[in-house]
Amino acid sequence: MSNDLTAAQRVALARHADRPGTPDFVSALFTDFFEQRGDRTCMDDGAIYGGVGLFHGKPVTVIGHRKGRTLEEHVAYHFGMPSPEGYRKAQRLMLQAEKFRRPIVTFIDTAGAYPGLEAEAHGQGEAIASTLALSSRLTVPVISVVTGEGGSGGALALGVGNRVLMLENAVYSVLSPEGFAAILWKDASRSNEACEVMKLTAADLLELKVIDGIIPEPEGGAHTDPQAVYRALDEVLAKELASLSKLSGAALAAARYKKFRMMGANALRKERL
Amino acid sequence: MSTVFARRRHKLLSLKALRDSGTIVPANTEEECPSCGQMVLRRELVKNRYVCPLCGYHHPIGAYYRLSLILDEGSFKELDADLISNDPLDFPGYEAKLDGARRRTGLGEAVVTAVGRIDGTRVAAGVLDSRFFMGSMSAALGEKVTRLVEYADKNKLPLILFSASGGARMQEGILSLMQMAKTSAAIQRFSEHGGLYISVMTHPTTGGVTASFASLGDIMLAEPGALIGFAGPRVIEQTIGEKLPEGFQTAEYLLEHGFLDAIVPRARLRNTLIRLLKLHGKGGDARVK
Repeated sequence: MSNDLTAAQRVALARHADRPGTPDFVSALFTDFFEQRGDRTCMDDGAIYGGVGLFHGKPVTVIGHRKGRTLEEHVAYHFGMPSPEGYRKAQRLMLQAEKFRRPIVTFIDTAGAYPGLEAEAHGQGEAIASTLALSSRLTVPVISVVTGEGGSGGALALGVGNRVLMLENAVYSVLSPEGFAAILWKDASRSNEACEVMKLTAADLLELKVIDGIIPEPEGGAHTDPQAVYRALDEVLAKELASLSKLSGAALAAARYKKFRMMGANALRKERL
Repeated sequence: MSTVFARRRHKLLSLKALRDSGTIVPANTEEECPSCGQMVLRRELVKNRYVCPLCGYHHPIGAYYRLSLILDEGSFKELDADLISNDPLDFPGYEAKLDGARRRTGLGEAVVTAVGRIDGTRVAAGVLDSRFFMGSMSAALGEKVTRLVEYADKNKLPLILFSASGGARMQEGILSLMQMAKTSAAIQRFSEHGGLYISVMTHPTTGGVTASFASLGDIMLAEPGALIGFAGPRVIEQTIGEKLPEGFQTAEYLLEHGFLDAIVPRARLRNTLIRLLKLHGKGGDARVK
């Protein structure tokens, strides 16, 4: 692991064009993967990539953000920023995992939910809220891995896991550093400064107890040796899935509730005004 | 219940509501309506519950004043009034800004949670207050909302939340974001136990509050003209590179697109809540007493 990178440098690595994306993780870690498409209401949002595959021989539902590799894909998938239809597809897949009693693995890699006119008209807020509500009550194991950028509610919608893991150079934050600087200081160009105060690196989030573990990356970032990252992730996923699979459905849902119930418990104090 | 205590509680809420509603300002001063631009007498505005008598613009109002408009006299009892943020990320300048907001508004956080009665029915009620950090979601706000939901769950009370929020509390970073999951999970559990949740969206409700508890009501209401959305209008304009259509992200727009049950003017809100509670009472939701 490299400890000498600044937060801004990690943001750059998290966004690197050659960084493995959800489809890469899926083809490296799962066999017999079958992609499932569509929200069964009106469309298929390619910014959410999901389906069923075998992990070490056992069926797992996979849901992740997809940024795309080519210019056409970038445009079609809004650079991995989902529309409400994408979140509704995710919900459909979650409910199916629940029905067939298979674990869910999510891969988080988005700057945020798509801020567009149609996305608002189709209920972006409602889509994220109902995804959060649904994933909080699932009775199958859920493991979330932040692989690149984890930005805003658009990332969190796939992040209500029994375990939340991060790749070493992934980042996870309330908003993109640019958006943060624009809102707080009315100056998007101060994004590097924002990176440092936002506490968005994997190490920061482990300390804040927002995540449970960090998957190491090779020197220079995941794209320099993806196979090493796949091997490390495979090992952690196998271990976590084995331990979660011992719990009953009710225990999994209760543990997940408790985990998120504790978020920010250290951010409070009591004081009479 | 002792009437002495009830009277004292009523007096306390009235005083806080009075401060909130700005009635301390002389009634004969004039104020420009931010919507229609016309001059309105303060007295008229107060009489009209801070709805512009000329154009119907619903001014954002303070949390205690809001509660005084919907709860039965003497029934208000505040919960977790002393729960506040402790600047978890050591964010530069945040503590001083919090102190300033507390002094200016008399609020500890951007939400007031309480139990009270509406036409005799006990309810758990929470109101976000946009004067405090734009009603943004802090860990303390998320905790107070979650505790209110759990209180309603435990005591089998209907839950009413009034939202008004600019979104996430930037100074609390990722911990602000996590409150979306925490509050949504609490609402989900309350719902599975059969609880009734009425969400009232007021001007403006955006960002993480829209994308969590505010959108999860069994009954979804909004005040006329309220701005409601996930992404802010400026961000959308920058993304799509064009001007947004007239009326985009208003309560009326959301109603048309299927995300609200009704738009209720402030003057009719209490009676609407009374009717909804009645509809979910005996013969309806078994949990509501």
